[in-house]
Amino acid sequence: MRSRTPLAAVAGFALLVALWELVKLLVPADGVSVGGTRVLPRTDDAAMPHVWTVLARLGDPEVAGAAAARPVGVAVASGALFTLGLALGGLVLGGLLGVVLALVMHRVGLVERAVLPYVVASQTVPLIAIAPLVAGWGGKIAIAGWAWQPWASVMVISSYLAFFPVAVGMLRGLTSPARADVELFRAMAAGWWTTLVRLRLPAAVPHLLPAVRLAAAAAVVGAIVAEISTGTTGGIGRLIISYAQSATGDPSRMYAAILGAAVLGLVAAAAVGALDVGLRRYRGSVR
Amino acid sequence: MNRSLLALAAAAALAVTACSVTPAADAPAADGAPQKVTLQLQWFTQGQFAGYFAAVDQGFYAEQGLEVEIKEGGVDIVPQTVLAQGQADYAIAWVPKALASREQGAGITDVAQVFQRSGTYQVSFAGSGIASAADLAGKKVGNWGFGNEFELFAGMTGAGLTPAADVTLVQQQFDMQALLSGEIDAAQAMSYNEYAQVLEATNPATGQLYQPADFSVINWEEAGTAMLQDAIWANTERLADPAYQDTTVKFIAASLKGWAYCRDNVESCRDIVVAAGSTLGASHQLWQVNEVNKLIWPAPAAGAGTIDEAAWARTVQVARTAVNADGQTVLTKDPDAMAYSNDYVTRALELLDADGVDVAGADYTPEQVTLNPGGS
Repeated sequence: MRSRTPLAAVAGFALLVALWELVKLLVPADGVSVGGTRVLPRTDDAAMPHVWTVLARLGDPEVAGAAAARPVGVAVASGALFTLGLALGGLVLGGLLGVVLALVMHRVGLVERAVLPYVVASQTVPLIAIAPLVAGWGGKIAIAGWAWQPWASVMVISSYLAFFPVAVGMLRGLTSPARADVELFRAMAAGWWTTLVRLRLPAAVPHLLPAVRLAAAAAVVGAIVAEISTGTTGGIGRLIISYAQSATGDPSRMYAAILGAAVLGLVAAAAVGALDVGLRRYRGSVR
Repeated sequence: MNRSLLALAAAAALAVTACSVTPAADAPAADGAPQKVTLQLQWFTQGQFAGYFAAVDQGFYAEQGLEVEIKEGGVDIVPQTVLAQGQADYAIAWVPKALASREQGAGITDVAQVFQRSGTYQVSFAGSGIASAADLAGKKVGNWGFGNEFELFAGMTGAGLTPAADVTLVQQQFDMQALLSGEIDAAQAMSYNEYAQVLEATNPATGQLYQPADFSVINWEEAGTAMLQDAIWANTERLADPAYQDTTVKFIAASLKGWAYCRDNVESCRDIVVAAGSTLGASHQLWQVNEVNKLIWPAPAAGAGTIDEAAWARTVQVARTAVNADGQTVLTKDPDAMAYSNDYVTRALELLDADGVDVAGADYTPEQVTLNPGGS
């Protein structure tokens, strides 16, 4: 069944392409408006370029007339890789923070009652409000002699989104073992540590995996938005904005970058899928 | 449990002590070593900032003993805040927005007014009958908001319109699609950027690029509500320090020399900006450098960067009286005396005069730039 997953992903992509072209074919160029409010988008070539125009643009030089021109595809790929690195960094950072937070909350009930509401509240603060703050503080900090870099702000913001599902999922997982199992461990004089490693952590895996999947998606979104917000160069988010500025005359280049961002999301999801495979033996260990 | 809590506390304490706050780069450089200076731009690398990139590329900063790092702007980067917080030594910002930040407590001073003229247009199709601000009545008018819209609102108010009631205000995107597709009747545009974008787009009626004759342009410089734009801002508090004063003079001198270079070498400046990482097309970039030159040159007789008191007073007056869509003015009171100073630019111009640089550009003539499809 695993081998069919990539196939399904390709089929899904083909379906999206077909849908895009179908909308372009059927919806009038000016879109569909009901009472002055547009309910379907404009579909002319400037608003929705053909998929093949966008794909062809990947091979064209990024900046026409520049001495050392690189194709748009290369620019998009290198931007996506840069962002992927930051998002994975954010995921690892946020994941560790989430796990530690969940462990502490589970161990000390007082902490759970005190901290959990703030963990939930943290996600209601808009990202664009936090991003300039983090970038601002970051600019003044050196950690053990290492001066803060702009990309570190992006990673921190990305981890800010990623820690939440992990913390909540992990906490849920740690409390998931059946009462009888916990009592058996206690009856056999197993300590907190043994119960954690032998019972609670394995039982938490089925709860943790979907949480990490959510966290990975959040980390990618966080990294892209943070790049745009903080003005960090080199990533796909920045590329989208900088291409968007010339979208009036060259819309397909912007869509090429957006396509890159979509592929980036798929790659991040696939990377979490690999984790899924690695931890397969713990699946279904919970009733 | 006590033990684990203790370990946690210890780890937290360690993390805090490992962090330290970096001091501002105030210390004068040791003999011979170039002094590090950072400049915060207000937007992405593009021809709008060509002079600074040229000064780096051509070694003008190095001549003054400076090593300048240029930080690009972004959507949420507010250069005057970055400057006031001490994360940059100088910043490029529009005067009205910077003055608004100043009123809210940002300690910054305009030390050189690089752009003498405003580059903001309101562009509409020629057939729409919009030739002046008064003609905007009853139309859908695009504007950028976030403090970039006050010339437009002052223009409409001056023409006897009440912007909130007499026109339909529409928040505009980065691109000009909304104007070309007819969603809005008039769009805000910078002469050096968005206006070029519409001239790089294909007119579906002819299959050719749109021509300037297809559009009607309201230039706020001509309408009398123009506000001063790109200026070099310095940290007011640090200006008390003679070392920072000297650095400021050197920085302005080298920057203006960069702009003089771009006046005389438009193509070279385009290539410098592209090499610095701009993704705009070649003809668009050339247009941008050329249009920006028009905002700087010819400069006042005293020299480029001089703050013209009449233009400053008009900017402040518009900032205090023009009411935007939210019913707000930019400023609620006149800025104090430290808001701008011609002292440093005057000293910088003396340096450049001694160097034989033409700082007035009295006989400047712009180039004719042909835009290609998509700006390529």
